[in-house]
Amino acid sequence: MTTMTMTKLTLKTEGDTHILATRHFAAPPEAVYRAHTDPKLIQKWLLGPEGWTMPVCINEARPGGKFRYEWTHPKQGSFHITGEFLELEPYTRIVHVERMHLPGPTPDNHVETTFAPDGGGTLMTIRMTLPDAKTRATMLATGMEHGMEASYVRLESMI
Amino acid sequence: MSSLLSLNASFAALADPTRRAILARLALGEATVNELAEPFEMTQPAISQHLKVLEEAGLIVQRVDGAKRPRRLATAGIEAMDQWLAMLRKALEKNYDRLDEVLAAMQAETIEPKIMEKKSKGKKP
Repeated sequence: MTTMTMTKLTLKTEGDTHILATRHFAAPPEAVYRAHTDPKLIQKWLLGPEGWTMPVCINEARPGGKFRYEWTHPKQGSFHITGEFLELEPYTRIVHVERMHLPGPTPDNHVETTFAPDGGGTLMTIRMTLPDAKTRATMLATGMEHGMEASYVRLESMI
Repeated sequence: MSSLLSLNASFAALADPTRRAILARLALGEATVNELAEPFEMTQPAISQHLKVLEEAGLIVQRVDGAKRPRRLATAGIEAMDQWLAMLRKALEKNYDRLDEVLAAMQAETIEPKIMEKKSKGKKP
């Protein structure tokens, strides 16, 4: 299977507190959904820049379930994210809240992720809702580097 | 030469997530130490230490306003920020490129006849 060229990430802000991201994947929604809920798969890709690893990946993918991702880098230290799942509709939709620990927790980020069939592949759409504009700017700045949901977006609001 | 040194200092200063967040906050406008400390639940001295690093890196400047000394981004800070954002966008793309590979591997697995053995409860090895 070859890599498609239409896989570019789009990022944009909406209103004062929302962030939208979309990305096409050349795999069906079932697979993309699994890659977002199976710890063994998550550990393979949700790593951000070179050099970071995720030694701890706990993911209780059920409504009310918790997750915890810990990242570490030989020189830059480590940090983690915790969150709870609010809704899970297998293969189509995930709603969760999350916050980073730096080590103090950042304000909660409410995230809805949908996976829609798209020409044999999947169109993933992420919609984040932050408490206020300042929080959004802060979150974008802290999360993006590590390339997680929190991170998908900061840029558009800042550039 | 000196601009190279200063760029190094900028990137070293940017290596810390709290300092990056401080810059992001200052991108919205100038702020006092208290305002900067608030979202992080950090003490004022801890924030002041970060501000000192950012100032020495030429990323922020301060002015005197009565008893307050609000900070704002220096022009160099904004430029460094742009570079940093470009770097981050790259990191994100990297995540999804990795995910593309993971997905391709998953599909290759599914196509093989021996799909999965019995799917028991996920046990940790």
